[in-house]
Amino acid sequence: MSRREKAWWIVGGILIVLYALSPIAWIISLSLKGSSDIANQSFLPTKAVWDNYTQIFTGTASDLFLPALRNSFGICLIATGISCLLSMFAAYAIARLDFRGKRLILSAALGVAIFPVISIVTPLFNLWRQIGLYDTWPGLIIPYLSLTLPISIWTMSAFFREIPWEMEQAAQVDGATTWQAFRRVIVPLAAPGVFTTAIIAFFIAWNDFAYGISLTSTSASRPVPAALGLFSGASQFQDPTGATAAAAVIVTIPVVLLVLLFQRRIVAGLTNGAVKG
Amino acid sequence: MTQTTLPPVPKTEPVSAPPRGISDRSRAERRLGWILAGPAFAVMLLVTAYPILQAVYYSLFHYRLTDPGNRAFIGLRNYGVILTDPLWWQSLLVTLFITVVTVAVELVLGFALALVMARALKSIRPFLRAAILIPYAVITVVSALAWKFAFGLTTGFVNSWFSWLPGVSTSTDWFGDKWTSLLVICLAEIWKTTPFISLLLLAGLAQVPEVLQEAAQVDGATWWQRMWRVTIPNMKAAIMVALLFRSLDAFRVFDSVFVMTAGANGTESVSFLAYRQTISRVEIGLGSAVSVLLFICVVLIAVGFIKGFKVDLSQARGE
Repeated sequence: MSRREKAWWIVGGILIVLYALSPIAWIISLSLKGSSDIANQSFLPTKAVWDNYTQIFTGTASDLFLPALRNSFGICLIATGISCLLSMFAAYAIARLDFRGKRLILSAALGVAIFPVISIVTPLFNLWRQIGLYDTWPGLIIPYLSLTLPISIWTMSAFFREIPWEMEQAAQVDGATTWQAFRRVIVPLAAPGVFTTAIIAFFIAWNDFAYGISLTSTSASRPVPAALGLFSGASQFQDPTGATAAAAVIVTIPVVLLVLLFQRRIVAGLTNGAVKG
Repeated sequence: MTQTTLPPVPKTEPVSAPPRGISDRSRAERRLGWILAGPAFAVMLLVTAYPILQAVYYSLFHYRLTDPGNRAFIGLRNYGVILTDPLWWQSLLVTLFITVVTVAVELVLGFALALVMARALKSIRPFLRAAILIPYAVITVVSALAWKFAFGLTTGFVNSWFSWLPGVSTSTDWFGDKWTSLLVICLAEIWKTTPFISLLLLAGLAQVPEVLQEAAQVDGATWWQRMWRVTIPNMKAAIMVALLFRSLDAFRVFDSVFVMTAGANGTESVSFLAYRQTISRVEIGLGSAVSVLLFICVVLIAVGFIKGFKVDLSQARGE
């Protein structure tokens, strides 16, 4: 590669990083603006202060934000756990067994993945009210499965297809028991796929807004995105902009950490499921 | 235009399936298969098929939660009300506008990002990959808020930064007009979802046979010619899958509209219309009918893509 060409690719790389990070930098900067700075019409605060963070953690906005944070973590982790468990069995069957209906299951997963969330919300809103699941954790966990299960089945089947299953028999020939062969050989090979699937499923559950805003009404189960959507309209504090920005930064931290730690796996998981390389 | 692709490898058919009846072994395997995959399949159907059937049923009733006594079967009249209401057609147009604009821009931008990532030096590739995953992982509401505050009349910096542009001044109210609101909504959507498209295209780029590229280069093809005649035809499947998924996703746009304009100034999307009927106005019957129409639109787009562009989903399924 010529030096000039190299320079061009480096410029391209810098542009990508700027593109990806500037809105994040902006929301962080906004969250550090004091109340007199919010309307200063510039990117940076004149003086960075933590006021907005104290407001959402200990101040007036904390009773809106903290329960929402707890709800989001709880509901998303449970939904991710259930869908990983269910799709682990399904993906094992799809990758390893030969049976009629395999195609049907994968097509159904695709169909559910393209399903418009709002179409499910209307009937659930009414049903949940009748059977008492409205504004409860299970009332969100169940519909979240419609978001996390299809992608989990696809991603995990793609991972499991690449596992050299013969290794299991090889270990048994070498004298290992079935359980030992499974535990020592298959589990280590399958674990990265399960783990990556869990991360992607968690992202999707964490991102939900439509279910969260429609099927909850109080801090008993309202997740963070829904709370953030309401912050902007709330009148309990004068100018919600700074507090909203701080809350937005807090919910972004977990996903950014996951991305930084596991970026290679996440890319493999996202593209394996959709386009097989 | 001549395109260079490798001839398709003929699929090897299994030598012979057992002629008739199935052996005990394959019967046992099928049973085990369904025992393992059944629960996931059942849960998936339960959380989607059941609600949509329920929505179809509700859509045939006049049914408002605040007035349950007057619930009555009215056949298809809800659909008549919606389809003759300009509000529905306006929201459909807005949704189609957002879908077409965002998907078109994302395809071009995503392709450019994929090209840079594919050619980037090995040492900086992990940084680029991490950077590009961040918009994908950031929740849509946060992205919408960031863009909303950036363009906001009092909170934003965009007006003061870009006041040299014609038509922009420090008092430009981006959310006071339909088209400027839609522009900002589209920008937020594009920022958030281009990374997903570019990762799919990057995987597609990796599938283009190196031999063809080299052969074309030896034959003296320019970079542009190689792009149009070799690279793009060879990654058609990846492009189509990315387009299909993103179009369906874009058509469901809800979060950004809710956060940025709440449907003001005629920026309501179909999803937002359904939400407003059901949740805000508790018109279960009417809201269900909008939901069913939304569902039908999504199915039509999917079928249109699969039939019209011959998207091979078995490619997507990795078979």
